[in-house]
Amino acid sequence: MRFLGFLTRRIVGIAAVMVGVSIITFAISHVIPADPVAAALGDHATDQQIAVFRSEYHLDRPLPEQYLTYVVGLAHGDLGRSIRTRRPVSDDLFDSFPATIELSLAALIVAILVGIPAGVWSAISRGRLPDHIVRLVSLVGGSIPVFWLGLIVIGLFYYQLGWFPGGGRIDNFVAPPPSRTGLYVVDSILAGDLEALRSSVLHLVLPALTLGYFSTAVIARMTRSSMLEVLGQDYMRTARAKGLQERVIVLRHGLRNALIPTVTILGLTFGSLLSGAVLTETIFSWPGLGRYATAAAVALDFPAVLGVTLLAAIVYPIANLVVDVAYFWLDPRTQHG
Amino acid sequence: MASTMALGVRGLRLVARAPILGNPLNVVAIALIGAFALCALFAPVIAPYDPLLQELGSRLRPPSAEHWLGTDSLGRDIASRILYGARISLIIGVVVVASAGVFGTVVGLVAGYAGGLVDEALMRLTEVFLAFPALILAMAIAGALGPSLTNAIIAIAAVTWAVYARLTRGQILSLRRREFVEAARAIGASRIRILWQHLLPNVLAPLMIQASFDLGSAIIAAAGLSFIGFGAQPPTPEWGVMISEGRNYISTQPWLSLFPGLAILLAVGSFNLLGDGLRDAFDPRLSRAD
Repeated sequence: MRFLGFLTRRIVGIAAVMVGVSIITFAISHVIPADPVAAALGDHATDQQIAVFRSEYHLDRPLPEQYLTYVVGLAHGDLGRSIRTRRPVSDDLFDSFPATIELSLAALIVAILVGIPAGVWSAISRGRLPDHIVRLVSLVGGSIPVFWLGLIVIGLFYYQLGWFPGGGRIDNFVAPPPSRTGLYVVDSILAGDLEALRSSVLHLVLPALTLGYFSTAVIARMTRSSMLEVLGQDYMRTARAKGLQERVIVLRHGLRNALIPTVTILGLTFGSLLSGAVLTETIFSWPGLGRYATAAAVALDFPAVLGVTLLAAIVYPIANLVVDVAYFWLDPRTQHG
Repeated sequence: MASTMALGVRGLRLVARAPILGNPLNVVAIALIGAFALCALFAPVIAPYDPLLQELGSRLRPPSAEHWLGTDSLGRDIASRILYGARISLIIGVVVVASAGVFGTVVGLVAGYAGGLVDEALMRLTEVFLAFPALILAMAIAGALGPSLTNAIIAIAAVTWAVYARLTRGQILSLRRREFVEAARAIGASRIRILWQHLLPNVLAPLMIQASFDLGSAIIAAAGLSFIGFGAQPPTPEWGVMISEGRNYISTQPWLSLFPGLAILLAVGSFNLLGDGLRDAFDPRLSRAD
């Protein structure tokens, strides 16, 4: 029962935030000095073309009415029609979202697989060389501009060494796998298509490493400091006094408890991955949400910008909700406290 | 004016009590930030060339004694452009953190102290702004206002303030029932006086830590916006613009993008290092763990 109450409160909270988000995105895209009509039709459009355009996109209606039209559409899953691609925004988002999810998930996996062991290693060798190395590499990871890192990585691994492709999701001469999840790597495994699998994994490596570096640094730092706190606890001394192996002490008694704060920041990390994805996708010509958003904003394509912003803003609270639910089950204290 | 000074002195006293200079990493961070600030201030004196001067005869030159960091595709001296870029980046960082910090702190103070409906409404608004991935919202704002450095700064400040509001409110909630606040209230101090004289100085430490990290984040965000065309415009010697201009030469003349990126890394890294140091110094619980 406690869980249901908790879940209901959180979902109502998310709904309230989404109403706020829709009002703000709507205000940004409609109360603007820049002119979407001129951007879409060019300077040589006739008055009649402009009138048709304004009426098609409801730009001739009062603002509150435009907002209502928008929200009613939203309730029906209608995000409007993109001015740039002339397709329904929901279709565009549906097409580009899986690419962003694939990239962000790959980056998150990199961050977890590298960040947690690095944090543990750093904590158990506190004050010695491995600790200094991990701390320096984390500091750089938290300070490096992702778009610059992407460029340098392409320059090195694509132009100089030729180890990995420089952009896109799959080679031009390889047919994409039949879409089930939209994630090329997963779809090629499901289809048993080794050629597509090889090509899509190779294309994923550089952008995932680039995007994942920042999150790796965050997770490594978090794991290090919570591990250090746990290592000083009484039960760790007890485990040592019992004569347990150091490996068992660190992994079973230490890491298990140290991971709780790390799990709570995974939701936040996913949110920051979405922001990073915008720039990473631009550098690696990755056909995801970020590249779509950039192109839309350049073209003053406000239904598209609105759609991307809404989708991005809903992903973040939902990722946090998933983490909170996981946390609720992981940490028994939250169920009784 | 007098109370502003009192606040400043009080805040500084709190800050000075923390053992900041005892940590050699903090000294390194402060030295790097000092060097960064000097470059920004004295760019016209230090820079060997005019950052906008095009010498088409010496395009795309690699680093040499004449041009320390080489020249770009229009023959402009990269070192000089980076030095002037320090000026732009420092202004971006300071303006964003000052405006977002002041606005967010005021919102947090009001929400935390007033409580009730005001608190509820302000915090819901804060949550809405926290839900947006910062860069996407900044891109939408910068796109809507039109691409320029000023609009990029407005956009970044608009996504930064919410953190200060939440931070300040949390601190105020834990402080407002403390004895020294009750005492001030008992002797008839006004609300404004309690907020300004008694609560704000006690909130300054976590705000300063956040500000140090945000100085770096603002510089990276502005460079990112400029890189995709929503911030500073060419030929402004802004670091993100310079990286973008060097993009097509990454396989043949990598120094065009390499050096401005290193400048960002160094500047942001020193603010992050200082933020770490401040956090360790102000928060004994964290510094024990570190």
